[in-house]
Amino acid sequence: MSSLDQFHDHARRHDPVYDELHATPEFTRLRAAYRNFVFPATVAFLTWYLLYVVMCNWATDFMAKEIGGNINVALVFGLLQFATTFLIALLYARYMGSRVDPLARGLEERYNAESRGGAR
Amino acid sequence: MSSDTLTAVLFVAVVLVTVGITFWASRQTKGAADFYAGGRGFTGFQNGMAISGDYMSAASFLGISGAIALFGYDGFLYSIGFLVAWLVALLLVAELLRNSGRYTMADQLAYRMRQRPVRTAASTSTVVVSIFYLLAQMVGAGALVALLLGAESETAKNLTIVAVGLLMIFYVTVGGMKGTTWVQIVKAVLLMSGTILITILVLAKFDFDFGELLGAAATNTGKGDAFLQPGLKYGIDTTSKIDFLSLGLALVLGTAGLPHILIRFYTVPTAKVARTSVLWAIGLIGAFYLMTLALGFGAAALLDTGPDSKVAASGGNLASPLLAEAVGGGDGTTGGAVLLALISAVAFATILAVVAGLTLTSASSVAHDLYATVFKRGAASERDEVRVAKLSAFVIGGIAIALAIPAQKLNIAFLVALAFAVAASANLPSLIYNLFWRRFNTRGATWAIYGGLIASVGLVFFSPVVSGSETALFTDHDWSWFPLSNPGIISIPVGFLLGWLGTVTSREPDTAERYTELEVRALTGAGAEQAVHH
Repeated sequence: MSSLDQFHDHARRHDPVYDELHATPEFTRLRAAYRNFVFPATVAFLTWYLLYVVMCNWATDFMAKEIGGNINVALVFGLLQFATTFLIALLYARYMGSRVDPLARGLEERYNAESRGGAR
Repeated sequence: MSSDTLTAVLFVAVVLVTVGITFWASRQTKGAADFYAGGRGFTGFQNGMAISGDYMSAASFLGISGAIALFGYDGFLYSIGFLVAWLVALLLVAELLRNSGRYTMADQLAYRMRQRPVRTAASTSTVVVSIFYLLAQMVGAGALVALLLGAESETAKNLTIVAVGLLMIFYVTVGGMKGTTWVQIVKAVLLMSGTILITILVLAKFDFDFGELLGAAATNTGKGDAFLQPGLKYGIDTTSKIDFLSLGLALVLGTAGLPHILIRFYTVPTAKVARTSVLWAIGLIGAFYLMTLALGFGAAALLDTGPDSKVAASGGNLASPLLAEAVGGGDGTTGGAVLLALISAVAFATILAVVAGLTLTSASSVAHDLYATVFKRGAASERDEVRVAKLSAFVIGGIAIALAIPAQKLNIAFLVALAFAVAASANLPSLIYNLFWRRFNTRGATWAIYGGLIASVGLVFFSPVVSGSETALFTDHDWSWFPLSNPGIISIPVGFLLGWLGTVTSREPDTAERYTELEVRALTGAGAEQAVHH
């Protein structure tokens, strides 16, 4: 029940183990590794998506250009949004698996060891 | 066997299978973690299927193909926005939320803030978003059954809405999260299979040449190349272009703020499995939305979508089922009747799975956030909490039934886009701030939630969707002064701005301290909730 009480009763007890983990160089590296991927990636895909929406509105002649067989730029642009979504999702999973997960696992093990032999 | 009998048999089969699953799940459900989070024991693939089943609602299956059938390329924005939005959920929210929350969206705010105000606020917006979403699904169910019975029977529509409402209450109260998840998995299989089947049959009509299908759509609608280009619906003037931008923003930012999607991340054992489940969901949802192109343009190419057609009268919502009938051989043929019945049953299963997820989400929030923490101040037992959750499912189901009956004039896609706008305005700002901003505090969270909620719902109330225009809810009166039908472009910045303003105008030293703990836990999983082992 201890984790439950702790959870429900905000700020009643603060487990100092979190401060220790937070101060480790591994945690700083973990947070930097995570943010170095997700912040630029988020800016990139949101910009790319908004560019698509804006061009649908205000670059209609370009979007209407036919590439061949009734397929126009707008359709290809839309399908490219699918492609980039799949690509970013896969790159993210690969990056997290190799750069972030090992650090996170190390810190979690340390937490388990320090909080009474893993009894939570 | 006549086509009516076949339809009835398939609908009854869907109901029986889902009821069976629910009874099976009820025997596996023991404590609160089972009821709210399915014991956190689902695999990445299972949860990915369930997320897809939860996400691809009547708005996706009936609404998007209908919008493409009527407005051509402009309907495609829904597919793209609904998909790209998953990157926000994957990169910024899913894993951190899995590690720092427990049962509801409010949990991770309450982690470092004053419990009662933030839980009240988050619970309010959870219920509001879920009810808008629920209405859309129930209106879809009513329209579907009216089509199948071949008459515009108000009684039949209303009875369907009541029946769907009672079923969803049953799923949630008896099966909890486990039952709901399996219903969603079965639905995802049915929906993907049905969509693949119709897509292949449509493409076969054009020798698998998509360009030819597009050409036929342009010709059949009489709109020519304009049908294949952006702008048919939203390119009329600057107001409609800004409306398109507003819709685009709401779609891409809404997903990561939808409470019924967020709580699905709690049903897996670790953050890494949450990641895998979102990857599966992106694959499945992406494949599905690609097929909506074939369904939508196929309906435009093969059906009558003129102003007096059945498709247009339903706001496009019936394009997919009617397309199934057409590719099966057409009205009056056995093949047509079989496919119509099949696709209608799939749509029915789609609706049931989504309403179950939504009802569970709002009932959980009422019980866990409002009852257990706000009223009982944390002194409620697990059993009491679950009992209140079940009771809330009845109340919320009842409210949804009562609101859905008069809401039948409203378009499904509109209602869902509104739910997305409310989610993006009221929920996303506080989620993002809470996970990434040390200084963020209670006042910031409540201002962001209430501000985004009031701005989005308020602007819709004063928009042409509610009054003034020909398609409005109230056509006789006109109090509309806000020109856009989607409020996102205003209300989302309002949510973010108020969250910032509330934070910088108040002092709450505890929250920054607790952020250290939240941050470590969110990123490493140290101390996160564990799966239940029976």
